[in-house]
Amino acid sequence: MRNSNQPNNSIAISLVRPKSIFWINLGKNWYKFSRNKLSIVGLVIVAGMIISAILAPWIIPYPDHTGPFVDFENAMQPPSLQNLFGTDYIGRDIFSRVIFAFRGALIMAVVVLAIAVPPGILLGLIAGYSQNTWIDTIIMRITDVFLGVPPLMLALAIASVLEPNLMNSMIAISLTWWAWYARLVYGMASSVRNEYFVIAAHLTGASKFHILLREILPNCLSPVFTKMALDVGWVILIGASLSFVGLGEQPPTPALGQMVSDGAIYMPNLWWVIVFPALAIVLAILGFNLLGDGIRDMLEIGRD
Amino acid sequence: MKTKENILLDIKDLHVWYRVYSGYLKVLNGVHLMVREGERVGLVGEAGCGKTTTMKSILQILPPGDFHIPQGQIFYKGQDVLKMSFKELQSLRSREIAMIFQDPTAALNSVFIIGTQIGDVIKYSSAFAENEHKETIKEQSVKALKEVYLPDPERMLINYPFQLSGGMKQRVCIAMAISSPRNLLIADEPGTSLDVTIQDQIHRLLNEIVEKRKTSIILITHSLGVAKEMTDRIYVMYAGTIVETATPEVLFKNPVHPYTKGLLASVPKISGGGIARGIPGKLPSYLHPPSGCRFQLRCEQESPICSEKSPPLFEIEKDHLVACYLTQR
Amino acid sequence: MKQATNNEILKIEKLKKYFHIGKDKKGPIYVRAVDGVALNIKYGETLGLVGESGSGKSTIAYTVVGMYRPTSGQIMFKGKNIGVEASRRSLFSKKEIQIVFQDPGSSLNPRQTIEQILALPFRIHTQMPKRQFRKKMVELLEKVELSPDYLYKSPPSIGGGEKQMVAIARAIASNPSLIVLDEPTSALDVSVQAKIINKLIDLQKEMNLSYLFITHDLSLMRNVANRIAIMYLGKICEVADSVTFFEKPLHPYTQMLISSVPVITEEEKKLKPKKVISIGEIPSPVNIPPGCSFHLRCPYKMSICSKVDPEMIEFSPGHIVRCHLFAKLENKK
Repeated sequence: MRNSNQPNNSIAISLVRPKSIFWINLGKNWYKFSRNKLSIVGLVIVAGMIISAILAPWIIPYPDHTGPFVDFENAMQPPSLQNLFGTDYIGRDIFSRVIFAFRGALIMAVVVLAIAVPPGILLGLIAGYSQNTWIDTIIMRITDVFLGVPPLMLALAIASVLEPNLMNSMIAISLTWWAWYARLVYGMASSVRNEYFVIAAHLTGASKFHILLREILPNCLSPVFTKMALDVGWVILIGASLSFVGLGEQPPTPALGQMVSDGAIYMPNLWWVIVFPALAIVLAILGFNLLGDGIRDMLEIGRD
Repeated sequence: MKTKENILLDIKDLHVWYRVYSGYLKVLNGVHLMVREGERVGLVGEAGCGKTTTMKSILQILPPGDFHIPQGQIFYKGQDVLKMSFKELQSLRSREIAMIFQDPTAALNSVFIIGTQIGDVIKYSSAFAENEHKETIKEQSVKALKEVYLPDPERMLINYPFQLSGGMKQRVCIAMAISSPRNLLIADEPGTSLDVTIQDQIHRLLNEIVEKRKTSIILITHSLGVAKEMTDRIYVMYAGTIVETATPEVLFKNPVHPYTKGLLASVPKISGGGIARGIPGKLPSYLHPPSGCRFQLRCEQESPICSEKSPPLFEIEKDHLVACYLTQR
Repeated sequence: MKQATNNEILKIEKLKKYFHIGKDKKGPIYVRAVDGVALNIKYGETLGLVGESGSGKSTIAYTVVGMYRPTSGQIMFKGKNIGVEASRRSLFSKKEIQIVFQDPGSSLNPRQTIEQILALPFRIHTQMPKRQFRKKMVELLEKVELSPDYLYKSPPSIGGGEKQMVAIARAIASNPSLIVLDEPTSALDVSVQAKIINKLIDLQKEMNLSYLFITHDLSLMRNVANRIAIMYLGKICEVADSVTFFEKPLHPYTQMLISSVPVITEEEKKLKPKKVISIGEIPSPVNIPPGCSFHLRCPYKMSICSKVDPEMIEFSPGHIVRCHLFAKLENKK
């Protein structure tokens, strides 16, 4: 029986909730994010990369240079107004190829993280919650094994067994990447599990499912998101290392590492063939690093 | 020259603002506080009223970049701290004023032994001392530990903080504070995180030190009972302003400000009688503080002038000041 | 001396909780946190449990509520033995016994909204459909004097007193009959404490609750508890109703504790025992002194005190004390 003295609070509540709370939270998060101006720089770089990667086929000046194409007349031209980054040894425009290569790099990063992160989180959660039992030991020792395997070595090994292509490289990196997330979440989960609010939920009869996913997990995600932002940069770098040695995207599809390795023999005369792809890698890593810092600041629990 | 009359610290009309995302938190709104030589002054107030901010302003250890002092002066021995140079501030912190923090576990570095930590304090304060001490740092450390009645001081020097109990750690912090002669000690709730019998010991120790060395002390506490037993004069603080000040006898027998009255009524007494209902309402927002008296929203009596201007401290009898317009009726 | 058990909601007998922390040459080392405790709480009563750190009061609270399994002894709740860990208890006892923790900051999940926090007991302990949750939650918040818009706030943005009110709301959401309060106001200011304590007393009358109230603050205890038990190093030293406890404290530790309380009125000052100055540190519960565990700090120590652990003696009806000073009375009887 609703108390008739009470004003129509329930209606007032449903009006308040969706609209203003969302904007208030957004404002608070933006404030926390933008305290450090460099985070905004990171955001701009990353946003620019993502947008140009998505729109690549439509915005690059010479789309067919990303496929089979030769133009020996225009080969080895230094940077100019027609070719912002110059042309390579068979006449392809480097600017278009770099932007297109970003596409592949970002896709690789997204796919690797999508494959590696969820199992890593799940295993870390379970291990952290069952701390000091056999489940914990088994999971964490397996994690240790995978942490000891260098992604590059594993990718080479897989390439020698299967074909060298983008898909297989992504699988190779994912196979080792999950372990870092498991380790990270394990650390957080094993300490959060002893917090009083988790104990309170347990004492009142909450299921293990609820405790793991609703109580513990939200308190572990902050370093995970930060790490994910930084990891995009890392995966791009490792992807570039793989394509440098010929794994990953196969020619004629451009890949950043591959462009660097192809242009190596033309140094120092055709410096633009290496410098611009390398700078692109640096820019990507820098942008994601700064963005990661901002995300970490944003996810901090502060008094409002 | 009566030493009791010499004013050591005089805070005049201090305003301190903190920067946050939606503007400024106008925490301190005209704080007046005065400490004479050899005097024990208590600062009583609840969480968030600005006691720690005031103390940090004296030593200028507020978080850099995030605060703003629009007006006010802090005179220490006649000199305005807010205008001191870095070197003068260093001298102030290492020779004149020492602070004892609330949580001794957090105040000690857990990866260094006690000997190193006290040694550091002594080393850096001697750097500004005029006299070269003949004794070694170790001897001075042991002397300081003996002053706080820590058993077996030589062995204590090689202990890590985790090996000590809370009470012992607090004694170590006090030893660090008094390791060189100081004129003013600021103790920020020194017994709060400890058991009540140990808290009692710590307070008695501070009393003894203050009497022996004629040091002044500002004791911050939220316990009125502690303030009564350990101070010569009490300042009651609310929402960044001093609302009342008097000696303990006068304050507890004749509280005037509505906040002081409400506070006294809320304290449970071992003689029974239940607890009053507390003070209705809560602290005003520092972001948009009410104009005028900051207590007006929770005050049972009101007059129009309360919302116009912040009340100054009116002297209603000797050494008893109250910041309330109602006293002027 | 033994009362009928049908008006006791909680009866603890010979409770021991030892924590195993390692071995030495002589054998395994235990922390004897609770070392043979007997307590009872009547329906609608508030039993105060007082002690300093290492006394075992929090351990008792946690064992009653199911965080720990007793090493030995019995905990009878409404006649049934519930001396097991929470995951092995019935849903009924989880609903009926709730706890409010000391630190409001860590007893509420900072990444949840108040709505989510309060939804949990509703989901588990009631059959209510989800659409009715919100209405019930608003009623609950009203009971603890919080406005409905608190539902969408999350703990870091509200003050300590308000957080504790939310913790209390969570505790009463399942309609319990016994609430264990572990120093619920120790981290709060005195005016906020007054509000919360008064609210707890109101709720007790309204919902017919029994409280196990744990604190180190004696003056608070005097105004909240019907009966007070004082503990030292895992054992109970004295139990009395709250008036008698302060007017006629028997155990030297009780006197020491009362004399350390800072007071502000004249009548309180008169009530305090002649200064039993507190001396020494509280020993660690690993190295409990032989005989009476308090003898090293006791100003009235006799030779028997370092050898024999005293028994609990009934000094007067409802007033029991464990001290050799009063053993002669028992012999006289």
